[in-house]
Parts: sequence; structure tokens; C-alpha cells
Amino acid sequence: MSLLIEKPGLLTTVQDLGRFGVQKYGVIVSGAMDAFALRLANLLVGNAEGEAGLEITLLGPVIRFEQTALISLCGGDLSPKLNGIPVPLWRTVLAPKGSTLTFGPAKLGCRAYLAVGGGIDVPVRMNSRSTYLRAGIGGYEGRSLVAGDQLSFGEMTPRGSHLLASLAREASKESGAFSRWAVFPEILPKYAANPIVQLIPGEEYDLFQEQSQLDLWQEQFAVLPQSDRMGYRFKGRQLQMNQSKEMISSAVTMGTVQVPPDGNPIILMADRQTTGGYPKIAQVASVDLPLLAQTNLGARVRFRKITLQEAQRQLIERENAIQTLRNGLEQLETSKR
Amino acid sequence: MTDLPSIAEIPITPLGDSALIVKFGDSIQKETHLKVRQLAEHLDRHPFPWMVEVVPAFTSVTIYYDVMKLMTEGAKQGGESLTEGPFQMAAALVSELLLTLRDVNAPPARIIEIPVCYGGDWGPDLETVASRNGLTPKEVIEIHTSADYLVFMLGFAPGFAYLGGMSPHIATPRRETPRLSIPAGTVGIAGDQTGVYPIDTPGGWQLIGKTPIELFKPQQMPPTLLQAGDIVRFYSITREQFEAWEELER
Repeated sequence: MSLLIEKPGLLTTVQDLGRFGVQKYGVIVSGAMDAFALRLANLLVGNAEGEAGLEITLLGPVIRFEQTALISLCGGDLSPKLNGIPVPLWRTVLAPKGSTLTFGPAKLGCRAYLAVGGGIDVPVRMNSRSTYLRAGIGGYEGRSLVAGDQLSFGEMTPRGSHLLASLAREASKESGAFSRWAVFPEILPKYAANPIVQLIPGEEYDLFQEQSQLDLWQEQFAVLPQSDRMGYRFKGRQLQMNQSKEMISSAVTMGTVQVPPDGNPIILMADRQTTGGYPKIAQVASVDLPLLAQTNLGARVRFRKITLQEAQRQLIERENAIQTLRNGLEQLETSKR
Repeated sequence: MTDLPSIAEIPITPLGDSALIVKFGDSIQKETHLKVRQLAEHLDRHPFPWMVEVVPAFTSVTIYYDVMKLMTEGAKQGGESLTEGPFQMAAALVSELLLTLRDVNAPPARIIEIPVCYGGDWGPDLETVASRNGLTPKEVIEIHTSADYLVFMLGFAPGFAYLGGMSPHIATPRRETPRLSIPAGTVGIAGDQTGVYPIDTPGGWQLIGKTPIELFKPQQMPPTLLQAGDIVRFYSITREQFEAWEELER
């Protein structure tokens, strides 16, 4: 089983949930920017949620399926079409042998995740299949995909095979088939063009001027063009400290909101360095990381203050919802038998 | 016995909703470093079931955790701690651990010797470092090779070691205009720090030489030559020795 990249799109990379356990060696985590979307895409094709898929950025690729494949697209809506027919997101889809997946304008969000039954089969490097672009490691030959790349799939799970068999009964040779069910919209992050992102005040929050603290919660911040997988850079009211503090570098994480001396906040994302030395004014609540991952350049973001307890409560709620979905998919499989 | 801060004095603070920071001090010191290393190495050998990973830094250890695994753990222990929330529960368990670690010593440091071909094309700023400090290039090499450097932490790039212990006599500010690409293995000086670039990176360091040794080895585990706690010594090799070395590695 494999797929062929006919056109690469703007930035298409192989990603899983990230490279954990080696940050202490200075190796960055990488992985899907919108981990929620990749997890769900994997579950929908019967994979373990940490399998490797494709992260597709803004301008999508043209992909040809060389064999019949079980696929799912989750995350940003980049107007995907299979043989010219729109593909719904958050569903299980059968892509017939020889079919072509294309993308159109970004309707909402900017990163779509393609999971295939069995996962994208690239070698595991340092615990992960994610592409680490700067070091040229992991993913497919350590780089973003180019035309002509052929990616193989791993072995499908029994659940994936059942899903494929049930969809195959409905599919014709040319057009694929979609599952009638989709993920409950209620459990999806509240993706928006200009999202409100919840932040937990960070370690150095109290060292910022009172006015800057207020500005963080009341002003809009624009996503600058220099934003990428490493971090989102913002421009808004400048955030000033009462007095500059010499910081000692320490570990950072996805969603850390750093403020360099110029006062313009940076939110660290999937390809962040492992440690940082700028004051940490806040930290994005984990449940809202997908919102940022789907925010386009130029968008306006507002921040809302929440407590650590509330962030963890929402995180547990989100994880329980994913567990419910997982259980539902398992029942679907047994009822089909 | 030395006076160690009581456990209550070691703050444990949240880093968002899925990590916590144990902070052993406010300045970069060997004493603090040893405590960081002791906790990090203990957790490497005996990880909590809810831990994702541990990252030691100059004065702190960051522990990344899985909220759902913590909840499961809490439920096993009767569920009383669950009402407080995952962070409080993790912090309490780490505090307890810190109590038991007080008298345990970290294993002895490894000594890693790194050959460097100083000057020439690979060390274009050796002259600058020398003239800025009123020294000859030879004296800079002598000073650079005569110290024991302590690896405080790894960060910035894979396998990049933050080294302590460079002589202030060869300290040199960064270049005003950073270079767009510095090849892997290049040895540099920035302020009172010295280091080796493990991968090709843009950077503003003053470049004094290059090592034929690989610092980042992604095909191995651990993937780096250096680890926090190591002692590094540089020694000077000729261009011929450098080339012979590279030939051998190939």
C-alpha cells in the first residue's frame, strides 16, 4: 500500500505526536501542530492514535493512491476533494485505487491531517517518525515532501480492515465512500479564524507591568508572517516588565508564551527549542493548542485568563471525550462482525 | 554534612497544565547543578508512571506529565489526592521524592576529550579573539585547552552543551552580524561561554576551530556525545590529524 505525491503543496511533512524522551539532549519534540486532529484522524482509520500521518499546510498537495486506502482528514478545512468530489472532514473515507486527492482554498484553519490505515511507514528515529526539518532527521528522508515521493503504509489493524471492508461495499470504482457517521462536533476544539485562546498566567506574569497584564487580556494580537512551526509571533500592545530580569535558561513547552525584550509575545509551538531564556508571561491551556495550530498568518487572537485547575479540568474533559469516541469506534467494529 | 535547603525551600511551580518545574537555585553554580543532576538522573532510572520526560537545565528540572495517567494513579491511591488536581498531586509526589534524595550522591562525572583543529579556515575568528584580549593565537589555544569545562545542560540545538569554566581572559563578545551557516563541529566563543555547534546552524559566535568528532549522533541512543554533568577537555590537533580523523570516521 502506498501513495504518490504528485505535487507537494506548500509544506507537507510526515508527523506523529512528537519525539519525547530526548529533549534532555537538546532534541526538539516536533510532531503534529494540531495533535488533536492527527489523533482523531488515526482513530478514524483504526490506527493507534500516535501513528504517523501527513501534516498539510495551507496549500495542499496532490496525492495519488496507488492502492485502495482507508483514509481520514481532520483539522483545518482545506477543501479536500477525492477525484473531484468534496471529502467531508472527521470521517472515515475509502479512497479507491488510482484516485487522486486534491485541495482547494483554506475555508477554516491552515493545517489538515491525513491519516491512512496502517499509518505512514517511515523509520522511527529517536522514538518518533516526526520530521525534524532543521536537523534533516525523521519523517520521509528528514525533509518536507516533494513531487515523486512514494510513501508506504504500515499494516492495518483488524479494526481498520473491518472499516475498509464495510466501506468497500458502498464504494464504486471511481468514487470513494464515506462513513455515514462523523465525530460529534461537540468534542471538536472551537476552531475559528480569529480565535479566543485560554492562557494560564506563567511564572513571570507578576513581573509584568499592571497595564501589560491588562493588555494581555483585553487587546487583540495579530499573528505575524514570521510565524511557523517553531513559534507564533504576535504584534499588539507591547508587554513590558516592571524591570528587566536576567533569566536563566530553563525548559519550555508547547504553548509557552515568552516575551523577548521588544515586548512582542511569542508562543512556542511544535518545533520549539527545548529550552528558553525569555520571561514566561503565560502558558496556553493544552485544550486550546489546536486553535492556535489552525490560526492563519494575519489573524487576530484574543487571550482569556483561566486558572491551572480549570485548564486541567478541561483537559480531562477533552481526554474523556476522546476515550468515548474510541469506545464508540470499537463497538462499531464488533457490531459489524 | 553540608547545609542543603529544606524541602519547603525548593519551589515546585507549574509550567502550564502538563509540566512542572523544580527550581534548586537562582544562580548558575556547581552546587545547584549537582542537585539538578541528582534529581534528573534519579528520575531517568526510576521514572514515575505518569511522567512523560525530564529536562534538566542550569538550576531547574522540568518534569512533563500525563494528566490522565496521574488521575489513574490518584484513583489507585484511594482518590483523596484527586480533589486537589493533577498538578498538586504531582508536586506532592516530587516533594516526597526530594526528601529521600537528600543523602544520595550523583554518579561521578565522565571526562570527554574533544580534539580541535584551531585557526585557519575553520577558526576564522581566532585572530579576533586573540587581538581583543591582547594575546597571540597560540596563547588563546593554550588557555582554551587548559580548562576543565562542566556541561551544565544541553539545549539550543541537539547535542549543544552549555559549558561552564571558560577563562575570562579569552572572553569575546558575539559578532555583530551573525553568519548564516556555521558547519557542524565548529568551536566558538560568545561572551564568557564556549561551545561546539553540533549541527549546521546560523549563529553569531566567534569561531576559533573545528572538531572532527560528531556531537550529534541521531542513529544512537543517547544521540549525543555529551550529557549534562560531563567534564569536557579540548586538545589541539593539526590539520593533517583532523583530515586523518575524518577519513577514519568515513
